[in-house]
Amino acid sequence: MTRPTDAVVVGGGIVGLATAWRLQARGLSVTVCDREPGTGATHAAAGMLAPVAEARWGDERLLPLALESLRVWPDFAADLRDASGLDLDLHADGILIAGRDADDRRILEDLLVLHARHDLAAAALSARDARSLEPALSPALRGGVLARSDMAVDPRRVVRALLASLDTAGVRVVRAHVASVTRTGGVARGVVLEDGTRLDSGAVVLAAGIATPSVGGLPEGAVPPVRPVKGQILRLRGEPLLTRPVQGFVHGSPVYLVPRTDGELVIGATQEEMGVDSRVTARAVYELLRDAIALVPDVGELELCETTVGFRPGTPDNLPYIGPTEIEGLTVATGHHRNGILLAPVTAAIVVAVLTGERMPPELLPYSPTWPVRRAPVVVPT
Amino acid sequence: MTEDTFVLAERKLTSRLLLGTGGAPSLDVLEAAIVASGTEVVTVALRRVDPTGSGSVLDVVRRCDVELLPNTAGCYTSREAVRTARLAREAFGTDWVKLEVIADDRTLLPDPIELVDAAQTLCDDGFAVLAYTNDDPVLARHLEEAGCAAVMPLGAPIGSGLGVRNPHNIGLIVESAGVPVILDAGIGTASDAAIAMELGCDAVLLASAVTRAHDPAAMAAAMRHAVMAGRLARLAGRIPPRRLAEASSPFEGRPDL
Repeated sequence: MTRPTDAVVVGGGIVGLATAWRLQARGLSVTVCDREPGTGATHAAAGMLAPVAEARWGDERLLPLALESLRVWPDFAADLRDASGLDLDLHADGILIAGRDADDRRILEDLLVLHARHDLAAAALSARDARSLEPALSPALRGGVLARSDMAVDPRRVVRALLASLDTAGVRVVRAHVASVTRTGGVARGVVLEDGTRLDSGAVVLAAGIATPSVGGLPEGAVPPVRPVKGQILRLRGEPLLTRPVQGFVHGSPVYLVPRTDGELVIGATQEEMGVDSRVTARAVYELLRDAIALVPDVGELELCETTVGFRPGTPDNLPYIGPTEIEGLTVATGHHRNGILLAPVTAAIVVAVLTGERMPPELLPYSPTWPVRRAPVVVPT
Repeated sequence: MTEDTFVLAERKLTSRLLLGTGGAPSLDVLEAAIVASGTEVVTVALRRVDPTGSGSVLDVVRRCDVELLPNTAGCYTSREAVRTARLAREAFGTDWVKLEVIADDRTLLPDPIELVDAAQTLCDDGFAVLAYTNDDPVLARHLEEAGCAAVMPLGAPIGSGLGVRNPHNIGLIVESAGVPVILDAGIGTASDAAIAMELGCDAVLLASAVTRAHDPAAMAAAMRHAVMAGRLARLAGRIPPRRLAEASSPFEGRPDL
């Protein structure tokens, strides 16, 4: 039995670690539990901070949250750099969206309509203009869009910086799996680890990604539904080819290439409804490389260093669950799907607001699992 | 009018719209689209789902209380398609399958030789085979002879939204088929679905036109109405087209005021 803390954060991916760091900065005593912090979806993620380049018809409700998180990312990164002394490899030169053939250009035109409708910072580029920004792009390109405000960061560096900052601040990171949440009189009051150790706390924050539904001790339906959405992603290395990330469409298939300052190039990613299937498949590697090479021919000369499988925590409406649950003392921060890296700072801010009783800006309320619209039946046109 | 049902692989259906699931932005949006479409049959690619997983597209299908039609999307040879169909039969406990054998990535057109091969093997094995085929009346006849429960000619390549590109051939297939004809692939918008039904198809199967629309549920509702409208128009019998006008109200007998 250890001294109770104000909060236990279950899950040490970018969302859990960022939340713990911000809670601690507000004066709360915090413990984080994760068997291997930063090795889940965060480890696989490319780190695009791309509310605009990743905007899609049907997912517009994510935009207010995504744009708010993008807005606070630079300050979050600066604070984290100061606290850890580590560089995060933050790129803020925008993201270039590229269309390979005439059909792909039509996809970009359709996205520009969406961008205009929501006043997003996006500008159509001719293929020539796109290639003057990124000369490594294929001359066969048919058009582009520059998402000026989008950014990118190296999620693995962010995890290292968060762990270093937590260590400096004296936040305990318990390298163990949480078996269950303990409740006293219905109120969440801590967790039990896999070895039976009890950690008491004033509040519990569930930020366990795809493992969220398997945390025990909670009645059915207390935790929102999260499913694994498999992604396969590649890491290559060699002569730097791009100065900013490229998100492209090649004969209708989406692919992205995210350059790091150190010469790494991340190419992703598949989206598969295959459950927890951790196999790297030949077709996925082939198709990712085929499409990446169609956009940037010199990718073929790079060294293929790593193939990774990750599992995004997907939700039925593609929106994350951030906020209080119906169980007193239990807050969730999960279901970030494709957007965990982007949404980590705003998620941490919302959880801080919940735990300190701060008022939340109204535009950030709809992501709470208890928000009425989330639970209403879907509206069906007749 | 009496109830206008049709029978597909021994299943009596009221809705003549079948829905594919690929391309939906989220599971909630897919669910709204399924409900709005009024469909009774939803097709899912066995190779793209985990039959044992929870919280997936399969849960949505179960919740909507529609029939699951497994398909062999992603198969390029007869051998792969047959194997995938057998896995689907085992995974979903159902003997019907939408058979797709694709020739290449660029066009996703059916490979006719492999298709007939696979259809024959699966029909002999007791499957109710719904064959995704080209708009070729001769190939449709071969598939029917192989024992397929339905033929599903394409209107245009998968995902192209180009509509019914060869209405004449679709009409020829309808004229000679002794099994249901379901127009599959190529539908872009509601009028395309209506045209397919006016040509005499028994039903329409579509996915992208709904799942990739800006508002999938609204497009699903539009498709439901379009399929009903096209079916009614087919039954009602269209007027013969004329080159010149013919006044709908004759002038004879009108009072000269």
